[in-house]
This record gives sequence, C-alpha cells and structure tokens, in this order.
Amino acid sequence: MSEVVLNGASVSAAEAASRSTVLRRLRLTDLIFHGLTRTAALLVLALLSGVIIALVIGAAPAMGTFGFSFLFDQSWNPVTEKFGALAPIYGTLVTSAIAMLIAVPVGLMVAFFLTELCPMVLRRPIGIAIELLAGIPSIIYGIWGLFVFAPFLQRYIQPFLIDAFSGVPILSTLFEGPPYGIGMLTAGLILAIMVLPFVTSISRDVFEAVPPVLKEAAYGVGCTTWEVFRYVVLPFTRVGVIGGFMLGLGRALGETMAVTFVIGNAHHVSASLFAPGTTISASIANEFTEAVGDLYTSSLIALGLILFFITFCVLAMARYMLMRIQKRVG
Amino acid sequence: MNTEALAATANSPRYAGRRRRNTIAKVLALAATIFGLGWLVLILGILVYKGIGGLSLSVFTEMTPPPGSAGGLLNAIAGSLIMTVLAVLIGTPIGILAGTYLAEYGRHDRLSSVVRFINDILLSAPSIVIGLFIYEIMVAPMGHFSGWAGAVALAVIVIPVVVRTTEDMLTLVPDTLREAAASIGLPRAHMIFSIAYRAAKAGIVTGVLLAVARISGETAPLLFTALNNQFWSVNMNAPMPSLPVVIFQFALSPYEEWQKLAWTGALLITVTVLALSIVARSLTSARKSS
Repeated sequence: MSEVVLNGASVSAAEAASRSTVLRRLRLTDLIFHGLTRTAALLVLALLSGVIIALVIGAAPAMGTFGFSFLFDQSWNPVTEKFGALAPIYGTLVTSAIAMLIAVPVGLMVAFFLTELCPMVLRRPIGIAIELLAGIPSIIYGIWGLFVFAPFLQRYIQPFLIDAFSGVPILSTLFEGPPYGIGMLTAGLILAIMVLPFVTSISRDVFEAVPPVLKEAAYGVGCTTWEVFRYVVLPFTRVGVIGGFMLGLGRALGETMAVTFVIGNAHHVSASLFAPGTTISASIANEFTEAVGDLYTSSLIALGLILFFITFCVLAMARYMLMRIQKRVG
Repeated sequence: MNTEALAATANSPRYAGRRRRNTIAKVLALAATIFGLGWLVLILGILVYKGIGGLSLSVFTEMTPPPGSAGGLLNAIAGSLIMTVLAVLIGTPIGILAGTYLAEYGRHDRLSSVVRFINDILLSAPSIVIGLFIYEIMVAPMGHFSGWAGAVALAVIVIPVVVRTTEDMLTLVPDTLREAAASIGLPRAHMIFSIAYRAAKAGIVTGVLLAVARISGETAPLLFTALNNQFWSVNMNAPMPSLPVVIFQFALSPYEEWQKLAWTGALLITVTVLALSIVARSLTSARKSS
C-alpha cells in the first residue's frame, strides 16, 4: 500500500508511511495472535495423542510378554510376575453396571419431577443443589463409603440379603459369602450415588429443551402428565438421554477414589457381589507406587490403556449422541 | 358440551386406569427425588458432623503428624495451594487461547470441530489415566516424583474445562459487536482483546473458578506424580504433599488421629469446592441479569 486516501484527499507521503507502519504492525499482531491460538488448539489435540502414545509405550512390555491372553487371564502375581487383566476389567464392568442400574431410573424420575411436577419456586434451588453435588470430589464419597456406608451395609443390609435369598438359585450366588461390608456391591452403590447428579442434571437439561408446543398439544388432547412425559418428552429426547447415560457411564468406569476405598482390592473374579474385588482404576491407585519391576509397572499401565480405550469409546458415543440432539433442537 | 357424556368418560375404567398410572408415576418421581437428595444430604451431614470436631487452629499451623500423635494439615494445605496455583497458571492461558481459536478464528473450520470433540473427551477422561500419562512423560524420565509433575497433571485437567467455558462464553458475545469493530477497521486480535474478552470476562473467570474447584479435590492424578511428603516442603523438584492424597493415606490407616484428620481435611476440601462453585455461579448469573 503506497498511498493512503482519506476523505477523497490524498495525504502527504510521510503521513502515509507512518500509517502503513501502523497498519503493518496491527496486521502482524493479528497474525501472531492467530498463530498462538491455533497452536493452543493444536496442543489440545497433542495432549490426547500424547496420552495415547505414552500409554501404548508404557504398556508395550506387558503386552509383548502376555499378548492377548492379558485380557482373559485373572492371575495377578507380582512374585512370579504373572499378570492378567480379567479381574479388574470384570470389577470395573460389574460395579459400573450396578451403578447405572440404580442411577438411571432414579435419575430419570428425578428429572421428570424437576421438569414437570416440581413447584416453580423449588425448581431452581433443587436444580442448583444437584449441580453443586455433582461437583463434590469423589474422595469425599470414598471416605464416607469406607467409614459410614460399608459398616452400615455389613451390619444391616448384607445379612438380610444373604438370609432372604439363600434358597433362590441365581440370587443366592450373587449374595453369597460373609458380609465384609466392603466389596463389589458397596462400590457399585457408592458409584450410583455419585453418578446420580450427573444423570439427573443432563436429563433435566435435555427435557427442558423439548419445545413447549409439543407438550401443550399432548395436554390439549387430554394426556395425563405421565403420558406426556412417557409418549412425548421421552421419545423426543431419547438420543440425548442415552448420551447423558453414556456420559454418566464414562464417569463410573473411570472413577477412582470413590471405589478404591471400598472395593477391597482382591484380584479374583467372583460371582458373589459381596466378595471383595478390584477395578482397573483401583488397582492402579493401590499398587502403582508400590510396583517393583518393569513388568509390574507396565502391566498397570496396560490396565490404564484398557480403561482409556473403554471410556474413550463410551464418551465418544455419548458426545455423538448429545451432538445429534443439539442439532435437532437448535 | 354434554355433561353426562363427560361424566361417563371421567368414570370409565380406562380413564381411571390412566389416572392411576399417572398418580403412581408422580408418587414414584417424588420418592426418587427425596431418595436421591436424601443420600446427598446424608453424606454432607455426616461429613460436617465428623469433620467439625477436628477443626481447630492446629490444623492450619501444624504439620501432618507421625502415627499416634496429634498434628495438623499445614504442609498438605500448602502443597495443594502451590500445585493448584501453578496448574492454573499453566493451564489457563493455554485453555483461553484454544477456546479463543474455537470461538473466534476457526468457528466453522474442520480443525475446530475435531478439537471440540477431543476436548469433550478430555473433559471427562478418567483422571487416573492423566496421572499415568504424566508419570510416563515426567516422573519416569526425571527419575523421581515431584511437585512439578503434580502441577502439570492438574494443568492437564484444567485445560479442557477452560477451553470449554471460554468458547461457550465467547460464542455468547453478539456478532454485531464484532461487526462494529470490523467496520472501523480493527484487526481481529484487537477486536478480541478489547471487545470480545471484555464482554465475556465474567464467564471466562467462572470457567477458571470451576477448573480450580475441579482440581482441588483431585486425588488420582497426584498419587504417582507429586506422591506425598510428611514434612514441610516447597521444593517443586521433590515429592510434595497435597490435601487429597493425605486424606487418602490417613483414612485408610488404622490410627484414630489420622482418621480424624482425614475427616477434617475432607470437610475443608468440600467447603472450598462448594464455595468456589457458588461464587462461579453467582458471577455468571449476575452477568445474565444485568
């Protein structure tokens, strides 16, 4: 730009030169800032790839030694250096399943209450309370579970369940063995309490996005509140609700501290829910700093890689579903 | 309208059944709400009950004790504060810059949609995996656990939270403001600094506060990065104590004094996290109402 024209009149060469340096400087800062923000955005990508690469490298010795049988072997013996991931994977899946079995129906009903039934005055306070509770660190749930919930289960609930189901074929295997208090069931129940606020607040957000016209039309033809929820709100938000569950499931699968306190850290697969078990995250948390030998450490990192893979799939699916519902609503 | 016909419908067994189902569902919903909130009230209640007894000045002035004697949590609190501050200092600029790219420069390009997706995954990735990652890239090469490793692990958790809120808040800034700036010839970087950031300031601060709330209770990523330290230590190259890790260690110990301190520490963390989230929330709601 050799000449700057202002108000139709040309300006002196010196002024034009100073203007173009200012302009150049402005453009330069813009370029630099653009580059900086782009680098930061790329860094987020690099972080995720870094996590994957670091875990794969760390897990390589264990994967190389045990191969695919690592996934299906339940032995875990630091002395003979024989490791298998079956028990932690089983524990992770079982505790998460227990958590979701309880948290999903309860969370849905709470969200139903909050969006359709709750008096307007209470909606905001209860909603805020639930969101605040979702932010409580998991170690709090863990310490509570260890000192309060597990003894309570041991004294009152577990003996009752053992007596009640001792003659029933399948249930007697599930509720078998001495009531330790700690174990898979306790861990699953604590996870359920932890996941509940997540499931509730996501379902509530999704339900609130339903266009009022749809609900009004349903009420107009004489539907009851429950029918509006069951046949209008739920079908309309199905994808989003499932996305919300998957997000909750992602939390439950990867949760460490709430589980580590009460799972018992025993590396064996047991059909009884009362038996102590372990999850992937609990094994890593309990053993990583004490692990001696490269193979031991590497096996634990391999566990971490498996956990990351499972949660990645679950979370990616959750995000995909939530994205679809967002597109549909707005 | 024929009132007799209406009355007949109202009394028909089919309608009665629908009404009954409706009532049952409503009662179940109410019960679920009471059940859900009940647990959470119970947890907080017991936490206050167990934690408040141990709360005294010595908690803030004395070091973590050896087994069987009294003491405080001073070194753990200090370690947590140092690592949290450093994590925020490292994570926030990266998070804000990346969020700015997503909202301002590359709102619709392919890179942004990929970064958005990956960021959402990082946002809910298991924190223990982040700990393993930092162990692999920092602790193992350096040969020892360190406060730096702990701070970086926490920073990795801060970044996605800040990216997300920054992008959301910048997207809320009306485009007319941007267009007005562009029409007087302001380059984008200047528009972002003097208009977009200013308009979204409260929201971005909220994001940072939420990130602090999130990391102040994180235990898993610190277990094998910062490890723990029973003594006073501000050396970032040495293992560093932190409140959550001390709670973990003390709660699982058989010593009563340690368990008591663990409850007190748990109460401290919960109060901090709740206070931070409430402040963050009031910041955004004040902005919305104004």
